[in-house]
Amino acid sequence: MTDMTHPIPRNSRLEQLRHRFLRTPLDIAVTAASLLLALFVGWKLLDWAVLSAVWTSPDGLSQPCRDASGACWAVIEARWRLILFGVFPYAEQWRAAVATAALILAGGLSCLPLFWSVIRQALLWIAAFALFMVFMHGGVFGLSSVPPAQWGGLALTLFFFVAVVIVGMPLSICLALMRRSDLPVIRGTAIILIDGVRALPLVTILFTAALILPFVLPGWLQGDKIWRVIAGFALFFAAYQAEVLRSGIQALPRGQEEAAKALGMGYFHRITRVVLPQAFRNALPPTINQLVITLMETSLIVIIGFFDLMASGNAAYGTGEWSFAYVEVYAFIALIYGVFVFSLSRYGRYLERRLRVGSS
Amino acid sequence: MPSLLRNRKFRSATLQVLFVLAVMVILVSAVTTAQDTIATNGMRSGFGFLDRTTGVNIGFSVLQYDANSTYRQLILVGLVNTAILGILGIILAHIVGLVVAAMAISRNGSLNLVAQGYVELFRSIPLILQALFWYALVTHLPAPRNAHEPLPGLFLTGRGIFMPGLSVTGEAVALVLGCLLLGAIAFAWFMIDHRFRRISDSRRRTGRLVIIGLTLLACALALNAGRVPDMPLISVPELRGLNFRGGFALPPELTALAIAIAIYGGAYVSEILRAGFQAVPRGQLEAAAALGLRPLHVFTRVHLPMAFRAVLPTLTNQCVWMFKATTLGIAVGYSDLFYVISISITQSGQTLELIGILMLGFLVMNNMISFLLNRLNKAIALKGT
Repeated sequence: MTDMTHPIPRNSRLEQLRHRFLRTPLDIAVTAASLLLALFVGWKLLDWAVLSAVWTSPDGLSQPCRDASGACWAVIEARWRLILFGVFPYAEQWRAAVATAALILAGGLSCLPLFWSVIRQALLWIAAFALFMVFMHGGVFGLSSVPPAQWGGLALTLFFFVAVVIVGMPLSICLALMRRSDLPVIRGTAIILIDGVRALPLVTILFTAALILPFVLPGWLQGDKIWRVIAGFALFFAAYQAEVLRSGIQALPRGQEEAAKALGMGYFHRITRVVLPQAFRNALPPTINQLVITLMETSLIVIIGFFDLMASGNAAYGTGEWSFAYVEVYAFIALIYGVFVFSLSRYGRYLERRLRVGSS
Repeated sequence: MPSLLRNRKFRSATLQVLFVLAVMVILVSAVTTAQDTIATNGMRSGFGFLDRTTGVNIGFSVLQYDANSTYRQLILVGLVNTAILGILGIILAHIVGLVVAAMAISRNGSLNLVAQGYVELFRSIPLILQALFWYALVTHLPAPRNAHEPLPGLFLTGRGIFMPGLSVTGEAVALVLGCLLLGAIAFAWFMIDHRFRRISDSRRRTGRLVIIGLTLLACALALNAGRVPDMPLISVPELRGLNFRGGFALPPELTALAIAIAIYGGAYVSEILRAGFQAVPRGQLEAAAALGLRPLHVFTRVHLPMAFRAVLPTLTNQCVWMFKATTLGIAVGYSDLFYVISISITQSGQTLELIGILMLGFLVMNNMISFLLNRLNKAIALKGT
């Protein structure tokens, strides 16, 4: 944009601010009103959340909160282990903590440029997943076995998210490639599958995976409910991600693939060496967006009876003792989701900037 | 033989045949396993159960429903409830989204900040968490005995929001809503389709009046047919015993879900609309201003229509998404389609048939939304480019 289309005086930052906030009397009024409103809400919030809040309750009872006007963070103090780890055996909860930390660490590491290759990403996530299973599931190295039915809280939510993405990402590549195949039968199948899944709500797909698959699968293939639901969720993720990848592939100039063909590269090499790397690069911002949505959608598994972060939050204030403290518990859970979502979307924006720099 | 393998046509034909065979094998084995499972568990399949009575009660229902009703009626109740919540949520989310988007594109920096904060905050909290939060909030309102009364006749209580209403049956209400929807579609079609652009202004005016009159007449007829006998037409809620009687009651489940979808969906809608507003070339707005249009008219007559045209396909997807989001109803106990299907499954055990109905219902409803909005998109798209 040039100064012709954007006639903002550029002599100083102060001048720009004045132009944005105090241009006309109406602007001054709106700015003053917003400022007052922000101050009022901010003060109320500060008073509620910090100044008159009850932070701790010595005997783990809700009595100190009942007379206070502010937030009752004592409920978090009393119930944080339930919220984070669900009904995981109490004495073994350090294992759930280590397993969760492994997943978070892997997530952080995979954002580093050092790990930006398919092989390294795959190795990193397989290692993290194996570590998670060793600590969470146990049954090896002298750790007692804890079946998935007892997993819960943040640990279960993150596990679901990571498992869905690990299963769904390769599936989405397959679907995207099938959809642009020259063979009509394969292309048609992919279209039916992708559009069919996208027309259905996620909950119905999870429900189907939990209830219908036991009917149609032979006994040896059924497995635990959690694996079936992950498979259903991964299919849902893959259907959306396949469309994201397809748009990334379509943004490539046709000449790229034709040049690869002219060089005598076979289909496999064309796809893995020329098409996919560039398609992923094009589709990176919407992929991050898809990951954010998927992370938030994992909260839907509470509906089919898993004890994830959402459900353990409900349980944390569900007893008579703390039933008044629902705002605090929901705020805490929103904060946990918010931290993950916020860092993912910030990372997405950083990538977008970086990619723009590289391509121009 | 090696030359045959290298023949491209032969290879692709073989590949496809093998693929079809694999899919067939999977499907056939799934069907036979399902038949085996059903036989060994001694279950009956088929749709005969639809005429049996359910024996369960559900919370909110616009249509007549009690425990003696059949599964057919129960599913119909769920469909109507889903449609009500979906349409209500979509309308509210668009109102919220439009306001926030208008703030985001305004020249005033503080309004931009408010809009940005709204979007960042509500887009990063899962919808189900917001729904549960609003549900906890509306059910923690005071008991009917000491209800808030912000306006005369409007009572906010933990058992729902009570307001004066018409004493008519739920079927009549559903019929009226249907009439209004059809009327709105007919009106939009008449206003937008190029076919009607060529007729003279006075005949267009008559046409508009005819459509509005017919819609109102149909609504009046439906209301009159559905009147509850021996009751005044307008009933006001009054406290009797532990709860309010009479009037129109908005149940807390519907309130919470509608608020949640409006706020969460509104954040997404506002981002879509903002992109649309920014896609309108500046020259168009400057031309409109140069022609002497006032800022309000520049917005409503030039900026909004052009932005809307630019983003309608994206908005269509968002509408379908919000319609699918009604399935969260089960988390707070709102009797939408998914909820009634899941209690029917526990009650009757006809899992396969009921899930089939559920999926078919959503496929039909979502495709209907896409179809209508795609027609709209085609009607308002730029011609001749």
